[in-house]
Amino acid sequence: MNQAVKFYQTGTFTVGNRLLAPEQRTVQASIERNNSINSGHRACQGCGEALGARYAIDAAMRATGNQVIAANATGCLEVFSTPYPETSWQLPWIHSLFGNAAAVGTGIAAALKVKALKAGLAKSSVRVVSQGGDGGTTDIGFGCLSGMFERNDDVLYICYDNEAYMNTGVQRSSATPPGARTATTMAVGPAPGADFGKGKNLPRIAMAHEIPYVATATVDDLHDLEAKVEHAMTLHGARYLHILVPCPLGWGSASHDTIRLARLARETGIFPVFEAEHGEVTRVTKIRRRLPVEDYLRPQRRFAHLFGPKGNAEMLVRIQADADKNIRRYGLLDEEATP
Amino acid sequence: MLKQTEGSRAVAEAVALCRPDVICAYPISPQTHIVEGLGELVKSGALSPCEFINVESEFAAMSVAIGSSATGARTYTATASQGLLFMAEAVYNASGLGLPIVMTIANRAIGAPINIWNDHSDSMSQRDSGWLQLFAETNQEALDLHIQAFRLAEELSMPVMVCMDGFILTHAYERVDIPDQAEVDAFLPPYEPRQVLDPADPVSIGAMVGPEAFMEVRYLAHAKQISALESIPRIAAEFEERFGRKSGGLVRGYRCEDAETIVVALGSVIGTLKDTIDAMRDSGVKVGVLGIQSYRPFPLAAVRGALQGAQRVVVVEKSFCVGLGGVVSTDVRLALSGLQLHGYTVVAGLGGRAITQSSLERMLRDAIADKLEPLTFLDLDWRIVNRQLEREGQTRRSGPIAENLLRDVGPIAAKVA
Repeated sequence: MNQAVKFYQTGTFTVGNRLLAPEQRTVQASIERNNSINSGHRACQGCGEALGARYAIDAAMRATGNQVIAANATGCLEVFSTPYPETSWQLPWIHSLFGNAAAVGTGIAAALKVKALKAGLAKSSVRVVSQGGDGGTTDIGFGCLSGMFERNDDVLYICYDNEAYMNTGVQRSSATPPGARTATTMAVGPAPGADFGKGKNLPRIAMAHEIPYVATATVDDLHDLEAKVEHAMTLHGARYLHILVPCPLGWGSASHDTIRLARLARETGIFPVFEAEHGEVTRVTKIRRRLPVEDYLRPQRRFAHLFGPKGNAEMLVRIQADADKNIRRYGLLDEEATP
Repeated sequence: MLKQTEGSRAVAEAVALCRPDVICAYPISPQTHIVEGLGELVKSGALSPCEFINVESEFAAMSVAIGSSATGARTYTATASQGLLFMAEAVYNASGLGLPIVMTIANRAIGAPINIWNDHSDSMSQRDSGWLQLFAETNQEALDLHIQAFRLAEELSMPVMVCMDGFILTHAYERVDIPDQAEVDAFLPPYEPRQVLDPADPVSIGAMVGPEAFMEVRYLAHAKQISALESIPRIAAEFEERFGRKSGGLVRGYRCEDAETIVVALGSVIGTLKDTIDAMRDSGVKVGVLGIQSYRPFPLAAVRGALQGAQRVVVVEKSFCVGLGGVVSTDVRLALSGLQLHGYTVVAGLGGRAITQSSLERMLRDAIADKLEPLTFLDLDWRIVNRQLEREGQTRRSGPIAENLLRDVGPIAAKVA
């Protein structure tokens, strides 16, 4: 089915399951779902990461017949899911360190391969997912991640990007956007918030490794997120999925705005949603109704210093220019939607 | 099978005989020849099935090892020096998780100043990491210890370092007896993990542990090491029975029976010490040497038992605790608590400084005459040390220390001639 279902009348761009063909329905709608991350964990209300991880891992489980092992970097996801002696994980799961989730995944995949060979099989039916936040991915885990990509190890790495070190108290990471206030980029001085011209774009770096599959997603479009995970599980080799997951605590946003902010990040062009294979973009999620970046920034207290009487119009212009660049670079606008 | 071969190659062949499932390799001198040898064995198909992974750092090497060991694979890696420090966080993690990884340490100094030669600073930096640390005296013992190490690690579900002196052992060509596959298979059963990542029986490994149980988890690691004080000699005895030679164990004395002076040491320097002691015994001096094969767990009772009949103990160690003195000697002193023995710490061979028989004999004769300082640096060149101290007293911007000292030493070629 090539035609995207659009139900503008709902006002939310979401599509109810009953309007979709059974194979397109979310795994969460199925009583057969794995519930890989059980309820009772200690994530904050409105946590984008908990939502993203739940959908991603359940989708990976559905795609593999529940044959998944997960390696987790240190961070919120690890801390809120495994307060000893409780664990939310209903699949084999290991947490080793902050910076090594990709390498631990490599080790698991290597062990599975040898086990399969010893059992007379060409490859293991068990698949590996490594996951971490943006700090564990773009900063401290970057070396291990690049090594895993370069060797094309059979691991799907999922980065839940909430754009700062939330677990340690909202410090800047290399995924923190310019202008954002964090505990280490305070909204003070002549250039408040995180500096412009710094930070790294990990999906593009992943693409530069020419790995089989790179995709971005947000928690506002969970069908898309699930589809990407399921597609990734049909492939072998290194795969990378970068999910934008708003964080009410770190972003200073209302917990009921998590999905709205994720959608606004996409609809403003701030966060381009696309897929790439072997280093080339193969599909983008078009912007349905282009919005100014202000709509995305305003509801977040981490950007409060950009607005009001002492606001910073120049910084707003620069952020808008970055979004415009994304729109051009990925072709995020249909002709009809271009103003 | 008897074979004239390099120490590293002998270790590579021993590790291959243990049928590892996963090997991760990152180059650092002087361990490189070991993983090169294993890489060749895997690439040629001689060791199969086995995954040989060229990782991007030592931190990744240990992290890959953690993943594969937790998935039930017999896992091996090797490193040295800066590499061991670079992986330190994962080294602690592997033992904290109770994963029976075996790792060779080709002992080498730690910089700065950068130095590729042998001493024990690297292993000693990880002595509290929870890994067992076995030290090899010879290439034969290094080979044998690797076979014992997998057995020990997997019995305890704890990781083991086999420490062998860089270059002195790793690069030395010697005759070694390499066992055949059937013998090793009979000694080392297939790996049965205590914990494994398996979709058929999902577990969470590496959960956060708060004050309510952290101390108990740490204590259990200690309890395992203490139980290894029994396993190590038992495994060594079984090894001897099957392979017909003594290797490993906790400690090994040489001419200690009636010795008034006993030298304590780790690793290949024990060979030089044995020659020194033989010569001194010939001239009527009652002296012996106690080699420590198991540094972690530290065999307090065995060390005490071996030393308590002596009058003086000289610890010759290739490690140095800056601001205190000896590393090994501190542990030896603990073993001798309450005994009235003269104790000396001799720091020797740092950064590959040759430890000669004549220097050892001179030092030992000083010790016997009670003329030795409690903390002695064997063959320290006081001339260049004092010149640098003088320079620092005279000038604020005295410059980089190592480069100053090298300039004072002058061309090495002149010394060799």
